[in-house]
Amino acid sequence: MTDTLATPAKPQGIRITGAFHRLLAFSGLIALVVVFSLASPNFMQTNNVLAILQATSVNGVLAIAATLVIITGGIDLSVGTLMTFCAVICGVVLTYLGMPLPLGILAAIAAGTASGLISGTIVAKLKVPPFIATLGMMLILKGLSLVISGTRPIYFNDTPGFTQIAQGSIIGSVFPALPIPNGVLILFLVAIIAAFILGRTVLGRYTFALGSNEEAVRLSGVNTDRWKIAVYALAGGICGVAGLLIASRLNSAQPALGQGYELDAIAAVVIGGTSLSGGRGTILGTLIGALIISVLANGLRILSVAQEWQTVVTGTIIILAVYADILRRRRL
Amino acid sequence: MNRRTLISAIALAAALGFGAPAMAQDKPDIALISKGFQHQFWQAVKAGADKAAAEFNVNVTFEGPDSETQVDRQIDMLAAALSRNPDAIGFAALDSQAATPLLQQAKDRNIPVIAFDSGVDSDIPLTTATTDNVAAAALAADKMAELIGGSGKVAVVAHDQTSRTGIDRVDGFVNRIKEAYPNIEVVAVQYGGGDHLQSTEITKSILLANPDLKGIFGANEGSAIGVVNGKRELGSSIVVIGYDSGAQQKQAITEGLMNGAITQNPVGIGYETVKAAVAALKGETLQPVIDTGFYYYDASTMANPEIAAVLYD
Repeated sequence: MTDTLATPAKPQGIRITGAFHRLLAFSGLIALVVVFSLASPNFMQTNNVLAILQATSVNGVLAIAATLVIITGGIDLSVGTLMTFCAVICGVVLTYLGMPLPLGILAAIAAGTASGLISGTIVAKLKVPPFIATLGMMLILKGLSLVISGTRPIYFNDTPGFTQIAQGSIIGSVFPALPIPNGVLILFLVAIIAAFILGRTVLGRYTFALGSNEEAVRLSGVNTDRWKIAVYALAGGICGVAGLLIASRLNSAQPALGQGYELDAIAAVVIGGTSLSGGRGTILGTLIGALIISVLANGLRILSVAQEWQTVVTGTIIILAVYADILRRRRL
Repeated sequence: MNRRTLISAIALAAALGFGAPAMAQDKPDIALISKGFQHQFWQAVKAGADKAAAEFNVNVTFEGPDSETQVDRQIDMLAAALSRNPDAIGFAALDSQAATPLLQQAKDRNIPVIAFDSGVDSDIPLTTATTDNVAAAALAADKMAELIGGSGKVAVVAHDQTSRTGIDRVDGFVNRIKEAYPNIEVVAVQYGGGDHLQSTEITKSILLANPDLKGIFGANEGSAIGVVNGKRELGSSIVVIGYDSGAQQKQAITEGLMNGAITQNPVGIGYETVKAAVAALKGETLQPVIDTGFYYYDASTMANPEIAAVLYD
């Protein structure tokens, strides 16, 4: 597992760095947990830990999608509204068309993949910079979500079991003492699959290679466009999973939600040590980054910290985390 | 200096610096989860809640998401509030259904829930402290009719068409015009998300499309300010009726750009919510709805004590 999660594109030295870095990010998370546990007896309660994990699931999945694109040296600003779009599509299929649950799940993931294909094509073939291409897609998807849903939330009351996707607990039904929500399981499942793709497949190798030196890859005869489109499509499909999670969590597709979520996802990615200039990053780091964000938000709330200060602290942590990363890199 | 020291230092600072109020836990702890936070309206609700907190000697926290679309963020806030084990909860739902499992949890744990503002569509809350938005918007329609002389075209710029307040205010205004003023036509109802700039653009397009328009109703603070901006930019002289207050809207009324506005009593909403929570903790029975009231105000009545008390900057 350790190997799959490490950066494979660079030689031996970096691999050790990767392990070291994960350790650092992880200790940051542990430090936060320890501090909050000492500060409030309510923090380390089972229910609260579950609430934190539940709160991480959507942002975590979005952050994994963003990580893949960022490693190629691109950026995906459309992850938040794409998530909403997929949720709306799922709502249309299940509630408006009355189709069975598996079709709704497929539709959400297919919609995400299709949108990713389009973004990837705009970036790779039309040579529109990723920032602009995905900014455009962000707005297009936001508008389409509103149009398709008629700007009203679509509820899933007619689909029994829909809320179970994120809110139910398969583990809890076997071990009642451990009611980990399915949404969290799905997050970990997505993380493992993404880490496997990055570490063990050709697609993963090209993802890193595109971010390190796209020109060199192209000159060595690889069809870089095709691989780039594949990465965006994969990221889109993962956003589809996030759409399912949020829809199941809220038992509704909320068409107006989603803008701004890309920033939280990108924050998790950078806290996790993935470089915005591409070529370097890990899924485990992103997972830890997403956990740091939700532990912070939850812990500050448990401590009744005024909301104004919560955002100040969160912003500070993001800058410090990335600065610590830069310091460490300089020293090596 | 590594990441660990940095993060622990800041977290420690956070815990020690801001955690202090949480340590003094002998007073009843009431968590309010609202629909917004930084908007002046919600800050006025918070001010009312703080006032009641001081009066009844309880601790009150007040939180809300950055935007009224962030349903999941609000659910996370409610979950964190429940983890804190508060004595009572005040809640203004962005989407009632999404919050049901957590509210059920509160009920199972015997934590009283008081709904406020747009309330919660559920039988779990003991009471709802709110404005009658339909009646308030109907009053705006009456004033509009009076100001434009009972006939002509009018339009509505509202915040959104999914929230209870958005629906009630648009319906309240439009239905009142239809029922009571056959010579007035509502030519457009458009939505700008309560965003100043977006509402400004919408207003300009309505004005350009309907040169003979006589008046616009802005259904919340952001929409109303947008309407005023649009009117100013085009040098129009239509009648404008706003909703809620805030420094910009009050100034527009003083300057004559806006004829008047409906004000809810946000301070009262916050105050009554906490007061009801305290009553619930004492085991008192509560009315199902606490009407927190509304007023129409204009430049001549703005300084009246009963109005000035509920306006906020």
